[in-house]
Amino acid sequence: MAATSSGTATVTLPSDKQILITREFDAPKHLVYKAWTTPELVKRWWHANRGEVTIAEIDLRVGGMWRYVSVTADGFEVGFHGEFREIVPNERIVSTEVYEGIPDAEEHAALNILTLTEVDGRTTLTVLVEHPTKEGRDAHINAGMEAGMQDAMDLLEQVASSLR
Amino acid sequence: MARAATTADAFNAVAEPRRRQILDALAGGERPVNDLVRVLGLAQPQVSKHLRVLREVGAVDVRDEGRQRLYRLNGHALKPIHDWVKTYERSWSERFDQLDVVLEELKQKEEGNGSDE
Repeated sequence: MAATSSGTATVTLPSDKQILITREFDAPKHLVYKAWTTPELVKRWWHANRGEVTIAEIDLRVGGMWRYVSVTADGFEVGFHGEFREIVPNERIVSTEVYEGIPDAEEHAALNILTLTEVDGRTTLTVLVEHPTKEGRDAHINAGMEAGMQDAMDLLEQVASSLR
Repeated sequence: MARAATTADAFNAVAEPRRRQILDALAGGERPVNDLVRVLGLAQPQVSKHLRVLREVGAVDVRDEGRQRLYRLNGHALKPIHDWVKTYERSWSERFDQLDVVLEELKQKEEGNGSDE
């Protein structure tokens, strides 16, 4: 991985409807905010090494929409979009998130709360994902399970080709 | 790979706060139903209903000893949840490793430009 890596993300499940993601970065919070909210920059990191971000649209204002679409190497396309509800520059963004891959997606919109806290030039980022219903979180979990299957297949492929 | 949203699923089984309370209580060891009724402060039929859901997904095992039914935790059935969290975590870790690279560039650019944001 990148030499500048500051550690791995930690994911916890604070309640049956929530997911909390935490990570520390070796950069001041205004730069983390910039990388989080600038489409050209989002395209460079959001793909999680699983393919390419083909669309990153961010209308950064309360009531504005965002939409990301990424395509994996084998052509699997996933899209997410939502609306900004609250914006405190460099510190906090509250937005909705709809996973487009499920039926009645809009009804299952999650609320994402991003917070950035800076200490001595380092920034702790947290994303709290709140689902309105158990079904919503289940759908999110199922999406994760499918991604997990995809990972497993990728690994299998790597192992198989290393045997050649 | 789409999974039906039924209670016969470890995720759904632990989505109910009372059922998580039962799992917590059983984490300390095997217990009879009466114990669980007391710990949860619920009526026995309700506790039995939750135990049935947990048994269906294999999260708890039961055995009879004399006139008592003893329940114990089976952590193995909860592994899909653990695995899912790990998968999700890995995906975000990879994303953030890329973000580190972007941030390093932004930092260098900013230093190069002096006070310019």
